[in-house]
This record gives sequence, C-alpha cells and structure tokens, in this order.
Amino acid sequence: MSKPTLTTLAILMQVVRRDLLLALRRRAEIANPLLFFLMVCMLLPLGIGPEPQQLAALAPGMLWIIALLACLLASDSLFRSDFDDGSLEQMLLSPSAMYLLTLAKSVAHWLVTGLPLALIAPVLALLLQLPAIAMPALTFSLLLGTAVLSLVGAIGAALTVGLRRGGLLLSLIVLPLYVPVLIFGASAVQAAAEGYLYQGQLAALGALLALALPLAPFAVASAVRISIDN
Amino acid sequence: MSCERDDALLFAPVSFTLAGGDIVQLEGANGVGKTSLLRAIGGLSSRLCGELFWRGAPLSRQRAEFAAATVYLGHAIGLKVALSARENLQWWAALRGIDARAAIAPALDRVGLIGYEDSPCYQLSAGQQRRVSLARLFLSAAILWILDEPFTAIDRNGVAELESWLAAHADAGGAVLLTTHQQLSLPHALRRVALQPERLREMSTHE
Repeated sequence: MSKPTLTTLAILMQVVRRDLLLALRRRAEIANPLLFFLMVCMLLPLGIGPEPQQLAALAPGMLWIIALLACLLASDSLFRSDFDDGSLEQMLLSPSAMYLLTLAKSVAHWLVTGLPLALIAPVLALLLQLPAIAMPALTFSLLLGTAVLSLVGAIGAALTVGLRRGGLLLSLIVLPLYVPVLIFGASAVQAAAEGYLYQGQLAALGALLALALPLAPFAVASAVRISIDN
Repeated sequence: MSCERDDALLFAPVSFTLAGGDIVQLEGANGVGKTSLLRAIGGLSSRLCGELFWRGAPLSRQRAEFAAATVYLGHAIGLKVALSARENLQWWAALRGIDARAAIAPALDRVGLIGYEDSPCYQLSAGQQRRVSLARLFLSAAILWILDEPFTAIDRNGVAELESWLAAHADAGGAVLLTTHQQLSLPHALRRVALQPERLREMSTHE
C-alpha cells in the first residue's frame, strides 16, 4: 500500500494554503488588527491636535508603535483554535518536522497580518502628516519588521496557548523581544522623514529577520510541545 | 508502565504488547488514565513511568518512524469547521507527506459522506464530523491505529461499520489500540487490558 508522496516544499505550501483559506473564511479576525491600526490613526489627530508639524514630529514613532501593538493583538490567535480543536495535536503526531510546520504557520500569519499592515500604512500615515519622502522607508521597515514580529510573537503564542488567560502573559514575554524591532523601525522612518539615509536601519531589521527566521521556529516547536504536554 | 499526575501514579502499572493482527481495548473507569496512557504512547505527553518499545528498540529514539506508522485519533478530532471535509483531509494528509487528492473521495465514500466533500464542516452533525476524522484511517497506510473513544457520536450502523473496519485492518496485519465504553461485537479476537486505579500511593514508596 504505497501512497503518492509530497515533497517538503509541497507540505509547507499545503500548510500555508490551509491557514490562508481559514483566514479567508474568517475575515473578521484578519480585519481586527487592521481596524485597530485604522482607528488609532484616526483618533490620534483628535487627541493630540491637528497641527501638521506636531503630528509629523510624532508620526514615525507612533505609526511603528501602533503597528507593533496590532501585531501583538494578532499573535494571540496564532495557535489558539488549532489547540482547542486538536489540530495542533495532529501536527505534533505527524512525521513532519514541527520546525517546518511552525515556520509555515508563521509565514501564513505574516501574510495575513504584517503584509496588509505594511501595505496600508502609507495611506494611514497621511492622516498623521508623515512627509511623503518617508513613505518608502515606512513600508519597507514594516515589511521586514512585522515578519520578525510574527516569528517572535509565535514563540509567545505557543508558550501561552495552553493557558486559559494567556493574553497578559503573552505581552510580557513578547514585548521585550519586540523592542529592538521598534527601535530600528521607528528610527528608519524618522531618518527618512528628516531626509537622511535609512538603509542602515533597514539592514539592521534585515539582520534581525535573518536571525529570527531560522531560530524562532525551533523555540516555537519546543514551546508547542510543552503546551500540549500538560 | 503507568502514568503520573501531580507526583502520583494514575493506575497500577500495566504491561502489554501489541503485534500485527491484534486489537487491544483499554478498559477502566472514568479518570483512571486511559487517555493519558494513549497520549503518552502517541508522544503527546511525557508523564509516563515506564518504557515503550517499538519493533524491539526504545520508542523514544524512533519517534518519526513511529509517527509515520501510526494514526492517532483523540477526543479532539482536529477538524476546522470553516473548512470542507476535503480541505481538512488534504491538510492532514499533507502533514504526513501524502498526496491525497485522488484518495479523499473514496475515503469519504467509505465513511458514508459521499456528497458532503465540499460542504463546510460546521454544516455537518457531530457524528458526521467524527466520520470525517475517521476517514483519515483510509488515507494513510499506517499499521497502528490508536483510537481514543472512536465511537463517540457515531450512530448504530456506524458502530457496526467501524467494528468491521477495525477487524479488516487487523486481518490485514495491522494493529489497533483503542478505548471505548461500547460493548464491542467484533468479528475478530479482542484483547482487553484493564487499568486499575492506584490509590494514594506516592511515587516515593515505589523507589
């Protein structure tokens, strides 16, 4: 009884495809972080005051902080439903390496949270009077940065998925690890807004991503094992 | 072997072997640790006191081979209700590296769900969802089936069908380890392993 087999890449594609399909069927969950991003960007000028110069001075840091909190909001749900309905058990029980499966899940998660966030950020940045010259820096720093946030967020999500109320703990675990991303991301946008080169900061974000991409799934895979083994 | 919880053994140590052609039913009262034992054997839990061997060698050193040769269906059936039966099974087969596109329709036919391949699982009843999860048995070539309460929510005809699948699997040289409170009437020999509660004996008194 031999069965047609799949290559490792095809397995990863199937796992990503399934998570994207799920996201498509449950659009409200995807829209949540984006809606949060939109609402805060709309409320800020009302709270701080509409003076363009004041807003423009705050915009780089504010945009990055909002994006980071939106990612934090989204990361809690990464393993939640798979844990509740037993899918996560089936992933652990399969002969596929948990490393690859969690990597695929993080990639799918970034495709439905970080990517749209980075793409709509320039539109929302207009609300905060960010100079047009800083838009490319904003998009590119968010593209790289949110990928790191998704990978690191997955570690926290995997560690806390077994707890009934893991939300606060997740923030405490993950926020310190988010700080370097925030520093380099916000500083890239700040530099671009003032007319300086920002490639250095992007390179630092790229380095963080190059570090997180191979290492974070190891931590996630172990954390999932611990959470299931209770 | 036995399982521990909060530093106490759940049940009096048992030892059994499973060979091709065997159907073994774990018996015991609620809470005695049947599921805990199955989870430990499946590799989901580390709360096992004792040793597991697979084909003569310690199981812990060959988890991947064991996983490829085993289908484990637990209490939580691992279906996404937003996805259709076909999408759920395709994902599950992909986890095991199987290209199941051609095999899914026949598998769903065998569990009596022909015509439901593409409806989202939230439209299916609990019993039908359980049948979708049982269709996995026909997608993989696993020789060991570990089934935790597989008869939950299954109707009377379904119970008889599942019993015949178990017997056919064992006749073909496979092995089945299951828990159930159903009175099984299998057309195949059945071995029972009873788990007895281990009351309040601390681990330390064993050492």
